[in-house]
Amino acid sequence: MTKPMLEFRDVTKRFEKPLDAIERIAGRLGAAVAGHTVHAVDRVSFTVHQGEVVGLVGESGCGKSTLGRLACGLHAPTEGGVFYQDIAVNGTPVRSVQMIFQDPHSSLNPRMRVEDIVGEAPRVHRLVPAAEVPDYVAQLLRRVGLDPSYRRRYPHQFSGGQRARIGIARALAVKPDFLVCDEAVAALDVSIQAQVLNLFMDLRESLGLTYLFISHDLGVVSHLSNRVVVMYLGRVVESAPTAELFAKPNHPYTQALLAEVPRLDRKNRSFAPIKGEIPSPLAPPPGCHFHPRCPHAMPRCAQEAPVLRQVAPGRVSACHLDA
Amino acid sequence: MRRPVSASCALLQVRDLVTEFAGREGRLRAVDRVSFSLERGEILGLVGESGSGKSVTGFSIMGLVDAPGRIAGGSVKFDGVELVGMADGELRRLRGKRIAMIFQDPMMTLNPVLSIETQMLETVLAHDAVPRQEARRRAIEALGLVGIASPAERLAQYPHQFSGGMRQRVAIAIALLHRPDLIIADEPTTALDVTVQGQILYEMQRLVRESGAALVWITHDLAVVAGLADRVAVMYAGRIVEQGSTAEVLDAALHPYARGLLDSVPAANAAGGRLRQIPGMTPSLAHLPAGCAFRDRCAYADDACAAVPGITLRGSRQVRCHHPLFEAVS
Repeated sequence: MTKPMLEFRDVTKRFEKPLDAIERIAGRLGAAVAGHTVHAVDRVSFTVHQGEVVGLVGESGCGKSTLGRLACGLHAPTEGGVFYQDIAVNGTPVRSVQMIFQDPHSSLNPRMRVEDIVGEAPRVHRLVPAAEVPDYVAQLLRRVGLDPSYRRRYPHQFSGGQRARIGIARALAVKPDFLVCDEAVAALDVSIQAQVLNLFMDLRESLGLTYLFISHDLGVVSHLSNRVVVMYLGRVVESAPTAELFAKPNHPYTQALLAEVPRLDRKNRSFAPIKGEIPSPLAPPPGCHFHPRCPHAMPRCAQEAPVLRQVAPGRVSACHLDA
Repeated sequence: MRRPVSASCALLQVRDLVTEFAGREGRLRAVDRVSFSLERGEILGLVGESGSGKSVTGFSIMGLVDAPGRIAGGSVKFDGVELVGMADGELRRLRGKRIAMIFQDPMMTLNPVLSIETQMLETVLAHDAVPRQEARRRAIEALGLVGIASPAERLAQYPHQFSGGMRQRVAIAIALLHRPDLIIADEPTTALDVTVQGQILYEMQRLVRESGAALVWITHDLAVVAGLADRVAVMYAGRIVEQGSTAEVLDAALHPYARGLLDSVPAANAAGGRLRQIPGMTPSLAHLPAGCAFRDRCAYADDACAAVPGITLRGSRQVRCHHPLFEAVS
């Protein structure tokens, strides 16, 4: 096994909204006022090894983006620790870990030229001598498939796919080893998405990058990643090598998720969906978070949160059915 | 416009529809000679990437194209009646009553400061003079139909008290209030989670089957169409480049663009391998190549493609290409 690159050790992240003035007064007068706490990430542990592509999947509000931000040091964990090559990242960004954002409109400064967007970080970090920055930027733009003659342009002069490439060039500019891609292709059309995914695979090969690939799109994840981690309401419910997970999902939520994915080869199907919606992370159900929607729920599921257990070599799943 | 209408059984017949937008770069054709027809109880998937004109086609049918856009030609016949050029008042009697539209963002349908009850009763009373009690009963019934639990209590609530999936259900319930003959759905599940999307697709399929309404499902997602639609029309740069039954088009697309689109979906490729991709990018409508709009990106393009391709028929399938991929069909 190659060495661990990024490690989450029992990471918990809670977001708390402080009481507002009226709630404080009501509290002082004796009313039962509780703060609003979102349990975005709840005791998550897993490791990404060098050269791996780990896909992180889940529906909205499952904490996958928060986990990505924790990996980059954009958030500090409330409890537990995030380690990059055994160095604690907890809230301090590491240059070797870079993030690629979902929305290429809002993550590029509209008033900066492409050469400044891409060239600013290497200049600030003194990665290349100031005189060589323009050449360096041109080289990066070529690497992501953009014509260096566009470098004086502004973001609005590019299409969505090109903007995604600018975001990638910006991340590569500081010579990272690890990329966190947060829904990096979700906003792109199918034909453009294929181009950008191919670029990700080429870069992985030529630069030896490791990826944490966050996506709600199981098709993209199954294509790209070696291992998949499935999250539901802040917890990891299953983690397995990609082929095994898609061939035989173990956790009832993973099974439901795979059954719901529209597929080209499933024509005129009768949709028979799982019940209910994702509960609010403000008030997650007790015990196993999935039990109100689970077809196999038993009394124990409402009381006791299942822990991750090994169900096969390299596979873990958190479900009482496996016990 | 052309031949007189015979006793045709199609509920919706769109012929040579052209919608243009006037702008600084001249008049842009967002919809270019689009023709299709739809029977009662049929589901048509209108598929295309952003800027292909699929949504504008939907808006044009509904008569919802505002200046600087206008319908510059063609005809839209709904149950034998011409909608293009119809007076606003008459159109308004059809919209929401016999033709309904569901939008991508349910907050385009819902007013955030009015209760669901107010909005639903308004919709009922706009077309039917019935007592409020009766209107309320119909609203509750519609909410129940789309799978909203305890509809009577939910009726008193405001849109912000509903989750995204529930809001979309309310928008669908409003569209269904008058049991429309035709529903135009513009990417109604794109913003929703996979499991919620599955539920909504299930409800829509059931409702259409039960009520016999026709449905135009506008989407960028080929996989959604695969499970839902009877027929598929693929749009590129304002034109329908291919249409046919869902199975035929998805299994063996004839148009190089449709084929390329299907091939670039990760599921169609070996895991971990390179994805087959369409070179280049979707052209801006202001800078379309003359002739076939796809020819700059097409591997089969030659001199013939400088002329706008006509429609080639093969059985029930139509393809707008000089070099349709017939030979690849086994």
